[in-house]
Amino acid sequence: MTNGTAKLGTWAGAALLAVAIVLPFVVYPVFVMKALCFALFACAFNLLIGYVGLLSFGHAAYFGIGSYVTAYTVKAWALPPELGILLGTAVAALLGVVFGWLAIRRSGIYFAMVTLALAQMVYFYALQSPWTGGEDGIQAVPRGHLLGIFDLNEPLVMYFFVLGIFLLGFFIIHRTIHSPFGNVLKAIRENEPRAISLGYKTDQYKLLAFVLSAALSGLAGSTKSLVFQLASLTDVYWTMSGEVVLMTLVGGLGTVFGPVVGAFIVITMENYLARYGSWVTVIQGIVFVLCVLAFRRGVVGEIIAFVQRRTVRAPGAATPAHAPGE
Amino acid sequence: MSETILEAEGLTKEFAGFTAVNNVNLAVRRGTIHALIGPNGAGKTTVFNLLTKFLTPSAGVIRYKGRDITAMRPADVARLGIVRSFQISAVFPHLTVRENVRIALQRELGTSFHFWRSEKSLARLHGRADELIAAVGLAGYEDVLAVELPYGRKRALEIATTLALDPEMLLLDEPMAGLGHEDIDRISALIKKVAADRTVLMVEHNLSVVATLSDTITVLTRGRVLAEGDYETVSNNPEVREAYMGTGHA
Ligand SMILES: Nc1ncnc2c1ncn2[C@@H]1O[C@H](COP(=O)(O)OP(=O)(O)OP(=O)(O)O)[C@@H](O)[C@H]1O
Ligand SMILES: [Mg+2]
Repeated sequence: MTNGTAKLGTWAGAALLAVAIVLPFVVYPVFVMKALCFALFACAFNLLIGYVGLLSFGHAAYFGIGSYVTAYTVKAWALPPELGILLGTAVAALLGVVFGWLAIRRSGIYFAMVTLALAQMVYFYALQSPWTGGEDGIQAVPRGHLLGIFDLNEPLVMYFFVLGIFLLGFFIIHRTIHSPFGNVLKAIRENEPRAISLGYKTDQYKLLAFVLSAALSGLAGSTKSLVFQLASLTDVYWTMSGEVVLMTLVGGLGTVFGPVVGAFIVITMENYLARYGSWVTVIQGIVFVLCVLAFRRGVVGEIIAFVQRRTVRAPGAATPAHAPGE
Repeated sequence: MSETILEAEGLTKEFAGFTAVNNVNLAVRRGTIHALIGPNGAGKTTVFNLLTKFLTPSAGVIRYKGRDITAMRPADVARLGIVRSFQISAVFPHLTVRENVRIALQRELGTSFHFWRSEKSLARLHGRADELIAAVGLAGYEDVLAVELPYGRKRALEIATTLALDPEMLLLDEPMAGLGHEDIDRISALIKKVAADRTVLMVEHNLSVVATLSDTITVLTRGRVLAEGDYETVSNNPEVREAYMGTGHA
């Protein structure tokens, strides 16, 4: 990472955090909480596509299963919210182990197809099995008291709880990328045969990345089910998998903040376009096409590229442009 | 005569009815530089892929230090101490020179699955990484991205990365391909230095390099071993002259 982008990253992080603290006082908190859940989901997805180069088209499975498990355990077993979320995340991680094990042997379009097919199985399971409530989903999920103390029915308390979860997830992803493990992931993305020839069993690294991504997607889904007090088929439907791809691409694949920005853009768009009914999809499609055509690196990717071009042109700047996301 | 370190017996590989490697016997002696030569498409790279288990042989046995490694997986072969390079340069393009070498060094720390640990913990490898980088003449390039190195330096980086594993045996697939005169001299000297206490099996088209470096030469044509011996023997073999030199590779 060049100095320019490193500095930019720190500033952007500080600015975003400040915005996140002020935002619920100016905007409807539920809207921001929704955006935060999807931002975490997109970051988790980005860990796989941006840093391992694996395009999953079935991430709704982990988001959805997290959502259902938390909603069910909190409602039917009266678990406290923190335990419900922990369970939702754990089940998503387990599902990630099984599905990941089946999928990582494939690559490219075959990997995408296997993940999609497996996710569709989860969708049909959610549709058919009794505990998920079929078409109705699980409604009126109680938010409960965090650690038995904080009343999550208070919008601001809930908001800061969600912000905390988002920051925790974001930190885990950031650390993963900048860990010894993350270094091996980058090597695999750059040149897998070479990584193998250096003695790395690349399948095991890909599997761990897959499981981490699934677990954090589950965490996002679990949190979402408490925010909306609802787990529904939308959470596990393939369009949810598509949406997270869209958010990540719009924001900037393989960049740290890209998925966050992309999630906020997409959620805002949906919010303001809601009155146009089914046109939302069409407008989204157009925005998506424009994004792909005009800024292929996504919003954040283009900003990083712009800063780097300036850094390189500046006198005395020695280090050349770097791939986004290092 | 030293003992055999890597040995292949009846090695065969068929691709959909086409036999790329046909009943090849090969014995590489410990501490030597052994060259594998032959015209384009002779099956040299395929032999490398078989020996390092990037491909599964259709038939035959591979032994390393007397141990049957035919059923092993490629990463395990690397861990045994047989490290290969690739015909097209194999660096990690968007990592720096130091990070490239560090990837090879970090496996022995045993923290490569630690996603919760900071990468700052890898800094203690920088001393060794920089030594290896200097040893291949890349001092001063530590922080440059591999993709920005000229081709000859990329090949040098590849060797530094390979040496970081301290392998007993190196398999080099055309280390001189695409290099200019100066680079060829530099990499030749490097291979000679490296081979002082290691075994090298190398595919190479540049015959003067082969002549000066190798102790033993195996000539492969159409997947079969045509001749074997030192440069004198091989280059005077009439069959070799016809099959190999005749194709314009002299
Ligand atoms: N995966 C594969 N599937 C089908 N055929 C293959 C495959 N790999 C190699 N071959 C064929 O096997 C033959 C030997 O190829 P190989 O790459 O081993 O040759 P080589 O001796 O390394 O040639 P060069 O000097 O050009 O590198 C060629 O005819 C090639 O087309
Ligand atoms: Mg070849």
